Amino acid sequence: MTLYLLYTLVPLVWLVINATKTQAALFSTPGLSFGGPFALFDNIAETFTYDNGIFLRWLGNTLLYVVVGAGGATMLATAAGYGLAKYRFPGRRAVFAVVLGAVAVPGTALAVPTFLMFSELGLTNTPLAIIIPSLISPFGLYLIWVYATDAVPDELLEAARIDGAGEIRIFLTVALRQLVPGIVTVALFTVVSTWNNYFLPLIMLSEPKWYPLTVGLNQWSAQAAGAGARPVYHLVLTGSLITIVPLVIAFLLMQRFWQSGLSAGSVKQ
Amino acid sequence: MSRIRSRTSAAIAVALAVVLAAGCSSGTTGPAAVTGTQDAVDAALRAGGTITYWSWTPSAKDQVAAFEKEYPNVKVNYVNAGTNKEQYTKLQNAIKAGTGGPDVAQVEYYALPQFALTDSLVNLDQYGFGAFEPDYTPSTWSSVRVSNGLYGLPQDSGPMALFYNKEVFDANGIAVPKTWDDYLAAARKLHAADPAKYITSDTGDAGFTTSMIWQAGGRPFTVDGRNVKINLADSGTKKWTATWNQLVEGKLLAPIKEWSDDWYRALGDGTIATLITGAWMPGNFKSSVPGGAGKWAVAPMPTYDGQPVTAENGGSTQSVLKQSANPALAAGFVRWLNHGNGVKPFIASGGFPATTADLNSPAFKEEAVPYFGGQKINQVLTEASGHVAKGWTYLPYQTYANSVFSDTVGKSYLGGTALDPGLAAWQQALVDYGNQQGFTVSAG
Repeated sequence: MTLYLLYTLVPLVWLVINATKTQAALFSTPGLSFGGPFALFDNIAETFTYDNGIFLRWLGNTLLYVVVGAGGATMLATAAGYGLAKYRFPGRRAVFAVVLGAVAVPGTALAVPTFLMFSELGLTNTPLAIIIPSLISPFGLYLIWVYATDAVPDELLEAARIDGAGEIRIFLTVALRQLVPGIVTVALFTVVSTWNNYFLPLIMLSEPKWYPLTVGLNQWSAQAAGAGARPVYHLVLTGSLITIVPLVIAFLLMQRFWQSGLSAGSVKQ
Repeated sequence: MSRIRSRTSAAIAVALAVVLAAGCSSGTTGPAAVTGTQDAVDAALRAGGTITYWSWTPSAKDQVAAFEKEYPNVKVNYVNAGTNKEQYTKLQNAIKAGTGGPDVAQVEYYALPQFALTDSLVNLDQYGFGAFEPDYTPSTWSSVRVSNGLYGLPQDSGPMALFYNKEVFDANGIAVPKTWDDYLAAARKLHAADPAKYITSDTGDAGFTTSMIWQAGGRPFTVDGRNVKINLADSGTKKWTATWNQLVEGKLLAPIKEWSDDWYRALGDGTIATLITGAWMPGNFKSSVPGGAGKWAVAPMPTYDGQPVTAENGGSTQSVLKQSANPALAAGFVRWLNHGNGVKPFIASGGFPATTADLNSPAFKEEAVPYFGGQKINQVLTEASGHVAKGWTYLPYQTYANSVFSDTVGKSYLGGTALDPGLAAWQQALVDYGNQQGFTVSAG
């Protein structure tokens, strides 16, 4: 347990400590102790202004990809998962097999074929090239499906039907409420994976103005090597710290929903 | 829909152009390279237009601004698409897709054959750029000439030299090593005197290894069209490993990853006492290792027999892509960058040029550099550029080769064991990969 705590916390502590250092202090003081002038606020200011304030643009791009991509993925997964859980139709087993198969294929493996396909469509180097692939979340769909099977009683739906509600209305007013913990869990998963998405934007985008934070920060980090190197490690570290803050907030806010989602079905009522 | 259709037809046009170009070039096999005139380039520069330029060099921004000032009709869309490997991945993808690449791209010498041999770059002989040969150092010129084609004009060069921390040397009574035996002795003496200090750091870097083999006289890669021969156990390679193994096995190398914050720290505080690297390094020292000011100095690279010989490490060129809609204009930009007024902003930003006129200019040679205690370092570095061993070739898939280096040779470094088994594993990986890629690769 202690080992586990160390393993997870030490990198974070290191990041926080080193984000407070100037570039010069970073290169002259030991990693796990404070040293040099306290420069966190200067670093934050410089992160947002360096290279014509491109960091802010990257932050905006990431937010765009997360809101539209992860948000859309959550909505699609919810609708599709619910439909598969609660309706009987031909081909349902085939869909099940495809979804399970899709969960097993890592997104990275599909990146190059996706690139060639998007290139044919003339969509590479545009935000759509990031948003469209992240709309699909087989794992999210599977999660909602399993969750809906348990959390939305068939009796409830039948009662609503007898009362004369249409299927759309049942979904929106009855089922959706029951699904909230599941939706939050899926939202958390898709937000984290879109926020951290690296490889897809890396190969799809060539113009820094469309980069998300992950690719942008790596570009800053890569500046440190080779002929004419311009290391800006202090900005990379501060940028990384700023990058993880929204995720930490998202986790803290959604944690209680998530926990109730995890325990659903564990007790027979 | 019309957008899709126009893209498709553009792709078809590109494909056709490639087929036609392939047809033409196959007709001219033989040493008589195609040469044209520069009139088309001059006309394109007058007519103007827009080109896209991918590069990550810090001087690119200034260069583009200066170019646009000189040629107001030309608009250069400068994009930093990523640093080396990343940019090559994107280039490769764009080439595979047939669209989406830039007009001009920065390419390092080691990666150039990969793009040149897959027929993705414009042969600049068609614009008569072959006439510039006398203006460049022979080693850089041979780097941009790939199987009789000219695929760029050299921008910078990286003849290797020995950078050493004079303060650490003096404090430990070590003389500047002239031979590799001296160097080994210095490594042992230093580490014995102060276990916290190392002669240098090397955690396994493909670029460094190939340069060291190059200097030792090894020529592990032979390329003849699609036929490739790999021998990472030739006499030159063995000569190098016989020396370097002693450092690796003796744990005499600092286990510090190159270009990390730790590494910069170690260069500043004396943990790493020497660096054997390209002539472009002084700029990095000045901008990123302020703690080493006044301590570091430059000497010729140690050799095996005391006779001066060195190799290239790093260095890059700018190439025109076949995909370019306006290759003549793109070639004009390349000419300006590396044979025109573009060289000045490059040198001003700390780059080490490939043009002999700049290398031999008195202002360059006589410059006393305060960081290096007033030493006229360019005298040492220019001299090194004249001692680069000839006949070196990179693989036509060197970027892949470098990317699997740490999986194979890296293990030897990690375990502190002889490098030869690691090099053998690397060779096997390269033979297998090359054959999968449609080359005919043989070992030995």
